[in-house]
Amino acid sequence: MNTVGAIDREWHRFTPAQRLARFALYFGIVFACVISLRTVQIIPEFLYDAPEQVADLLKRMWPVEWAFYPKGVHEVLIETLHIATLGTILAIIMALPLGLLAANNITPNAWLNYFAKLILVSSRSVNSLVWALLFVAMFGPGALAGTLAIAFRSIGFVGKLFGEALEETRPGPIEALKAAGAPWTSIYIKGYWPQVEPAFWAIALFRWDISVRESAVIGLVGAGGIGMAIDTAMNLFQWQRVALMLVAIFAIVVVAEIAVTYIRKKII
Amino acid sequence: MAEAPQSADPGAVALEIRGLHKEYRRGVPVLRDINLTIAARGITAVIGPSGTGKSTLIRCINRLVEPTSGQILFHGLDLAGLRGKALRQARRRIGMVFQEYNLVERLTVMENVLSGRLGYISPFKAWLRKYPQDDIDAAFDLLDTVGLTQFANQRADALSGGQRQRVGIARAVMQKPELMLADEPTSSLDPKTSVEIMELMVSIADSRHIPVILNIHNVPLARRFATYIVGMADGAVVYDGPAGGLSDGKLEQIYGGKDWLE
Repeated sequence: MNTVGAIDREWHRFTPAQRLARFALYFGIVFACVISLRTVQIIPEFLYDAPEQVADLLKRMWPVEWAFYPKGVHEVLIETLHIATLGTILAIIMALPLGLLAANNITPNAWLNYFAKLILVSSRSVNSLVWALLFVAMFGPGALAGTLAIAFRSIGFVGKLFGEALEETRPGPIEALKAAGAPWTSIYIKGYWPQVEPAFWAIALFRWDISVRESAVIGLVGAGGIGMAIDTAMNLFQWQRVALMLVAIFAIVVVAEIAVTYIRKKII
Repeated sequence: MAEAPQSADPGAVALEIRGLHKEYRRGVPVLRDINLTIAARGITAVIGPSGTGKSTLIRCINRLVEPTSGQILFHGLDLAGLRGKALRQARRRIGMVFQEYNLVERLTVMENVLSGRLGYISPFKAWLRKYPQDDIDAAFDLLDTVGLTQFANQRADALSGGQRQRVGIARAVMQKPELMLADEPTSSLDPKTSVEIMELMVSIADSRHIPVILNIHNVPLARRFATYIVGMADGAVVYDGPAGGLSDGKLEQIYGGKDWLE
């Protein structure tokens, strides 16, 4: 310790050991950046003419081939929406029991909670593109594989958030219904459900919103929807059609966003 | 709505607690050997300092808290030994009012009141809101009694604290209970509303012949409204008798010290 004089009292936010640790952390971050720059192997030739390539691509995309919409885009766009919607509904049906199982106040058994959480984490740890590859291998290319890919990726998302919403319910009203001698099913219907209802619809809509965007992509690996059409057009260098499809996806995402925001406001 | 036939015998007993003992952690008793006889008429107020086990005592009666040992005799039934369906059926006969009202906030006032009947109707009917007409009539009568008829279709979270507690009372009375428990029913309310809520409970208890056990930390309110007072200190009963018989000396024993009495 220093002298106790009122003038030269010292103050440090961190101990020397903490300062050393902080320095090591900063140094580590810079070091990692340098290492990664050296390993990504940027090819200078490609980097230099990138602006040119972008300009060239945009030029080939213009004018957008609007006339192709009714012939080759409308149908796959609707299919994409179907994949997203059906996949999300399937996911919700499968996620509800898992959410109930994962919530400790509903299922007061740590092993069952872990079991449910393990399933939910597995669902989330696999990207929807990978799920799509798996289901294309199982069921062949098409909308079925896409729907299942969306569903299986969404289970983890919906189940986790639904379980957390259940755990955040107020125990007081539940206690009151218990004290009235209500059977447990009635306690779920009249005690838990009204409390989690806004969260449930918010989760379902948000997931649908994400599913719409993801289902546009999974077609690239053959799982149906507009992604498959984009893949075909790109392979045939029909850039004006690719541009049309990108615009279509953009439009559908914007519409979904507006719809979700509107409905969410109505529910809560 | 038919009133449960009530014995005119003033010595009739609503509840008998024998040797009730509760430990949340082993070796740390919260309730020590409680022996009480609750009369079938009137209001019994449990008073005592915070943390002395008043709430635990009330909650042991309808088993929201599990007693460690002892008997709770309710019309010949030992509540402490009940399980499953038998426990649910016993709970239907005991109404409860809570400090934080414990209403389901997003449901309407009417649905909260009707929730008092959930022990009697099937979950399927509850889901479809198919409550028997008798229950709906009784609920409207009760809303008239507590003065909230015009709020029947409003959500519970639109009400003030005092109004919510009125709904809480109506929900408990909907059970047509043979005993009412109230866990600090006025502690979240302002002094004026507290008096109004106590007056409401007394008048309902009186007109429907429902014995009430409530715990309360406001001694003047307890003295004003209770028929009997149970004074607790350190998890044990130190006074059990008519409200009029509670002396300052006893209060000193319950709460410790006497400066606050002046």
